Amino acid sequence: MAKQYETVIGLEVHVELATKTKIFCGCSTAFGGDPNTHTCPVCTGMPGSLPVLNKQVLEYAVAVGLATNCTITQYCKFDRKNYFYPDNPQNYQISQLYLPICRNGKVEIETEKGKKFVGIHEIHMEEDAGKLIHDEWDDVSLVDYNRSGVPLIEIVSEPDMRSAEEVIAYLEKLRMTIQYLGASDCKLQEGSMRADVNLSIREVGAKEFGTRTEMKNLNSFKAIARAIEGETERQIDLLESGEKVVQETRRWDDNKGESYAMRSKEDAQDYRYFPDPDLVPIVLDDAFLDEIRAKQPEFREEKMARYKEEFDIPEYDIEIITGSKHMADIFEATVALGSQPKKVSNWLMVETLRLLKEKNMDSEDIRFSPENLAKLIGLTDTKAINSSVAKEVFEVMFEQDIDPEKYVEEKGLKTVNDEGALRKTVEEVIANNPQSVEDYRNGKEKAIGFLVGQTMKAMKGKADPGMVNQLLKELL
Amino acid sequence: MANIISDETIDYVGILAKLELSDEEKEQAKKDMGSMLDYIDKLGELDTEGVEPMSHVFPVKNVFREDIVTNGDIREEILKNAPGEKDGMFVVPRTFE
Repeated sequence: MAKQYETVIGLEVHVELATKTKIFCGCSTAFGGDPNTHTCPVCTGMPGSLPVLNKQVLEYAVAVGLATNCTITQYCKFDRKNYFYPDNPQNYQISQLYLPICRNGKVEIETEKGKKFVGIHEIHMEEDAGKLIHDEWDDVSLVDYNRSGVPLIEIVSEPDMRSAEEVIAYLEKLRMTIQYLGASDCKLQEGSMRADVNLSIREVGAKEFGTRTEMKNLNSFKAIARAIEGETERQIDLLESGEKVVQETRRWDDNKGESYAMRSKEDAQDYRYFPDPDLVPIVLDDAFLDEIRAKQPEFREEKMARYKEEFDIPEYDIEIITGSKHMADIFEATVALGSQPKKVSNWLMVETLRLLKEKNMDSEDIRFSPENLAKLIGLTDTKAINSSVAKEVFEVMFEQDIDPEKYVEEKGLKTVNDEGALRKTVEEVIANNPQSVEDYRNGKEKAIGFLVGQTMKAMKGKADPGMVNQLLKELL
Repeated sequence: MANIISDETIDYVGILAKLELSDEEKEQAKKDMGSMLDYIDKLGELDTEGVEPMSHVFPVKNVFREDIVTNGDIREEILKNAPGEKDGMFVVPRTFE
């Protein structure tokens, strides 16, 4: 009988924190600046410069630690991780090895197989590196240090996951928690959340772990799932053919669906960590922790439970809306302005999701304000505009966050409620479409749809379809 | 000297520090490193029972900055420290992962 194998997975997740400035200097973390315009002597590693910790980084790290049931290290410090690479101008990365800010946490995940806990070994604070660009013309590389010193937390899990489903559930859980805290937008595609997968296999029932590999360059959930599948197969093939798994870092190529070793064995990794003398120890008292604890938001599970209690909307809607903190905020604020929850949910679930998908955007990118959504719903509630006009207005609002009341007024989109004018148009439509009129009178009910359409067209969409229908039936 | 540094060790340390040492320099480095380790051993003789490990020499803690942008664009100044400059970036020898 063929041997049965089990996949053992642990994750190292890097999350870029949503601070305005870098971790150790007052340079902006904004995206899209020209190369090296967000740099200073500290983040370019100049001799004599002095790093000073951004307090917000510490607060975010502690908040994430508390939300993931970690013990907070109340006496903690930074260490230097030494390596040479041109994206790292100091020749060391400031990180935490000996006393990471958070330890021994856990989060609960849910898959089809049920619920389970994934342990968190530690969370530490560190700085990001710069960006290397390989010059096309000369035999050189170019470095942009705008990202150098951008704050990161690295969340190291225990090797508690056994499948791609569990890995994705765990990542979703982390992403939701961190987004709800406002500590990061956690976008895999844009690199504000990066996951490295440590994977080994062993025979089912074995107590010892197998030799693990570390997989990098995974920038979507799909790539992660494929890489886990690919690496599991590769390791099983090695063992089955009597070879050994080599402990190494591998890079996943999602286009080819395969990975290759990144560093050779001879190039040993020896980081010679030691305490960074430039940064003084951090001592956190209970009052500080209580303060952070008091500021923790309502997390997703709590929010879902409350929505079920408070709003008469389908469970599926609740899942989607609370799946993005930003969307949930818009939902709640719009409802607070007096709009009916079911209507707000409909706009989010149908039109918003459609446009997000069409434009390849993330829920976090929604730009329209709750005020404007509430106004739009108000316009449809009072029948000032009909539903197809409302959709049109919504599209403009989605793009530019316009005030729908002003927009409808300016563009003259209000429904014509003047029965006389409408009656006249309906009469014209009946006169111009004798065939459809005949069909309808001969019992072809559907023909009225065509006549409604013609009337709406003649009214440039600004009529209440119900009223048109009623008038048509009356006049026929 | 109690600590004898092997050729392998000095070669390895050389690789880590990105230093190319001549045979003569290697011999000198082996001696220097050996005597440094001897000194560390000497420290190890001290009785440190009950002494908290020290992680910083100054009795200072919790030095933070607020999350406010204080630095502007000083690219021109910064690039003066670069080994070379092109398109606003530092030029370095071609480097692959």
